[in-house]
Amino acid sequence: MDAFFKNLTRFFAFFVFSILAAILVSLLIHSQIALSKYGFNFLFDPEWDPVTEEFGALIPIYGTIVSSAIAMIIGIPVSFGIALFLTELAPTWLKRPLGTAIEMLAAIPSIIYGMWGLFVFAPLFAMYVQPGLIQLFGPLPILGPLFKGPAMGIGMLTAGIILAVMVIPFITAVMRDVFELVPPMLKESAYGLGATTWEVVWHVVLPYTKIGVVGGVMLGLGRALGETMAVTFVIGNAHRLSTSLLAPGNSIASALANEFTEAVGDLHSAALIELGLILFLITTIVLALSKLMLLQLSKREGAKT
Amino acid sequence: MKPESSKRFIASAALALALTAGTAAVAAEITGAGATFPYPIYAKWAEAYRAKTGVGLNYQSIGSGGGIKQILAKTVDFGASDAPLEPAQLEKDGLVQFPMVMGGVVPVFNLDGIKPGGLQLSGALLADIYLGKITRWNAPAIAALNKGVKLPDQDITVVARSDGSGTTFIFTNYLAKVSAEWKQKAGNNTSVKWPAGVAGKGNEGVAAYVQRLPGSIGYVEYAYALQNKMSYALLQNKEGNFVAPNDKSFRAAAANAQWDKAPGFYLLLTEQPGKESWPITGATFILMHKKQDKPENAVIALKFFDWAYESGDKLALDLDYVPMPDGVVKLVKAEWKKIQDGSGKPIAY
Repeated sequence: MDAFFKNLTRFFAFFVFSILAAILVSLLIHSQIALSKYGFNFLFDPEWDPVTEEFGALIPIYGTIVSSAIAMIIGIPVSFGIALFLTELAPTWLKRPLGTAIEMLAAIPSIIYGMWGLFVFAPLFAMYVQPGLIQLFGPLPILGPLFKGPAMGIGMLTAGIILAVMVIPFITAVMRDVFELVPPMLKESAYGLGATTWEVVWHVVLPYTKIGVVGGVMLGLGRALGETMAVTFVIGNAHRLSTSLLAPGNSIASALANEFTEAVGDLHSAALIELGLILFLITTIVLALSKLMLLQLSKREGAKT
Repeated sequence: MKPESSKRFIASAALALALTAGTAAVAAEITGAGATFPYPIYAKWAEAYRAKTGVGLNYQSIGSGGGIKQILAKTVDFGASDAPLEPAQLEKDGLVQFPMVMGGVVPVFNLDGIKPGGLQLSGALLADIYLGKITRWNAPAIAALNKGVKLPDQDITVVARSDGSGTTFIFTNYLAKVSAEWKQKAGNNTSVKWPAGVAGKGNEGVAAYVQRLPGSIGYVEYAYALQNKMSYALLQNKEGNFVAPNDKSFRAAAANAQWDKAPGFYLLLTEQPGKESWPITGATFILMHKKQDKPENAVIALKFFDWAYESGDKLALDLDYVPMPDGVVKLVKAEWKKIQDGSGKPIAY
């Protein structure tokens, strides 16, 4: 019985691994035509023309990375604040309902975020926020080009903000859970020495939990990179490179969702599958980097003590 | 799920299963896959046909590209595509193609104070707008066609379809016919590299963008524009008349087309002659194999199509589709003779 159980669990574990390998192999096979035709140039070519069958991945890659970066820039500090409030500052009677409310955000299907983004958020954003952003940042030298163009409400920045709302519950949940693991003894000692809340968080809680915090951030980043429906609704789906964050763009996942059903040409489908392969690699690299970062962190810790 | 509701769920699921198993055992079923644009009418026809004959239709609206792939893989009895395949490709893959039902593509806009039909455009003008060459609503070229209309001093936001679609195929086919520059810069396909503007997913995505963005212009299926009460523009046809999109002007375009001179029915109804013709009309097509491995399936499929041509017109018009003219149906039925069983005999339906 024991041996059976061991073998069964081992089978499950290896099964996951083989599925992963199979996905990678099938992506490689089906993107073969595009891979051999374009080679590495695929990554840097801004062209995407189904009529002349010229494909390049620069615009979707750029869109995926920029929209996810915006989501992280907004999402990380907000999640950190929420987790901090929930664990350190909130009165006990408020902790549970607030925590549950944030977890509920994670349960909303992404298409709902997309529709909300398009029908509710984008109009308000275009009317009240974007004109202000254009006026405020437009004339500045470096930031200016980032906030140019008509206030349409949809575009890269909107996609980033919607993504931020979507990743906040994930990052917050992980951060809150790890913050709660900090032994009260450590915190109370610090308070005892006269440290402020901020100092306790910065010098005691965060160093103690950094692995979990990085893990939570990576979880959020993973979701942001692969998010499809919500982004498709609000990013504008234009295969054009623009410096402005207010202009429409495209992301890998969104391009796939839009074009795969009607991609008749072999090269077109192959190019789309290669886009999928690239997304796969990007998420792998992100994961690898986070592991590497954690390794570095724990090494430095070893040197200190 | 609460235990009570889960019990009810299981019970209803079992009931549904029993029902479907029951009908599947009695009735034959036609399988098809492809274009999303004709899905509502195919579903409506299927419902009426099943009530009459007991033969059901299982149609998956997975997109024209998917439909073509499925019929080539022979996983379905027929494929459906909004963009017709070229005769050479039909020959190569051993397929028969015929038009089933028509629709029109309509330019829609969002301008304060201008009613549906209150804006007149020509093909060249529409192409220039979509090329990003005309960027303001009060541009002299637009004003010249709309004397007496108060055009706002506003940016034009161009809205296109982001997903590959037959609607886009018909629309870009029209633009390529009326503008050499469009043909050279963007071309004609189910998805193209749009020179300007934003793009929404599906008819509903384009409609949402147009309704939301002041000063925008987009293109949607006629039925969609009608049901959403969107402001449509009049278009100048080949004869120079400004016409409104409706089933009369779509029919006029189809009536004047020369189907008998188009092998494989490879004919796009854009920019057709005729005083009343709507210039962006298109048919949606059915694909079947010439050589049938399972002739008995082809028989029930052809019977269904035959019924749809003969008795499906009213249902089509109810859903704002336009039935094929009788002359075309006659040609289609002649084409069906090419569909043969293993011994080379035409399928008798």
